[in-house]
Amino acid sequence: MPQTKKFLYVNRKAPYGTIYALESLEVVLIGAAFEQDVSLAFLDDGVYQIMKGQNTDEAGMKNFSPTYKALGDYDVNKIYVEQESLDARGLTLDDLLPLKWEDEDDDWAEKDSIKVISAAEMATIMDQSDIVFSF
Amino acid sequence: MKFSVMINEGPYTHQASDSAYHFTRAALEDGHECFRIFFYHDGVNNGTRLASPPQDDRNIVNRWSELAREYKLDLVLCVAAAQRRGIADADEAKRNGKNADNIAPGFRISGLGQLIEAGIQSDRLITFGD
Repeated sequence: MPQTKKFLYVNRKAPYGTIYALESLEVVLIGAAFEQDVSLAFLDDGVYQIMKGQNTDEAGMKNFSPTYKALGDYDVNKIYVEQESLDARGLTLDDLLPLKWEDEDDDWAEKDSIKVISAAEMATIMDQSDIVFSF
Repeated sequence: MKFSVMINEGPYTHQASDSAYHFTRAALEDGHECFRIFFYHDGVNNGTRLASPPQDDRNIVNRWSELAREYKLDLVLCVAAAQRRGIADADEAKRNGKNADNIAPGFRISGLGQLIEAGIQSDRLITFGD
């Protein structure tokens, strides 16, 4: 790959009520083949996308939350969640899926992919990104 | 500057397609180069030739086809999104066992890789959505 750019996928909407969460994830998975520097951001209602314990039986829709767990295998291990968005919704890190990745440079040690950061830190991450997809 | 545009909503229901169109035209008239216009989510609905909107207002689909012809633009509809929403060219229709296709002139159907490539190859990628 001639050049590596910093991609940031910004997710602000809850899953299932609209399709943006699912189709955003589809871009991330396809984009992984291009071996770029990928980060994901979850803010506002987007934090609901990575909540534990999703059960869509009654909704008649496919529960696609298990797919987030595969992100580590696609080299997507920078997942930023906004603190203020969690606070406003009464959520904590414990409510979220334990997303992990295996660091091949550290004897395949399992590490956490999710980093809870402030809105100010999120702004810095957005500023440092080359391409920002907003779904 | 080389720019690309991503359009995430369909025609009329949201202003996204209008805003994207006016932005693209202005940038092109200013001498910038448009690498690609990529339609995702309901944005693929901008590419149906079966739309018959009222004649006393803008025709969003035709406007894109005309702009594409004028500036040789690459208008791409995401194949996955298009399949979900029923926008197909002749090949896609045949592949999926449908008895009709409906893609508008100037548009082509391709994969999400085209979006990633647009991000990589352009100086800026601008998203128009809800």
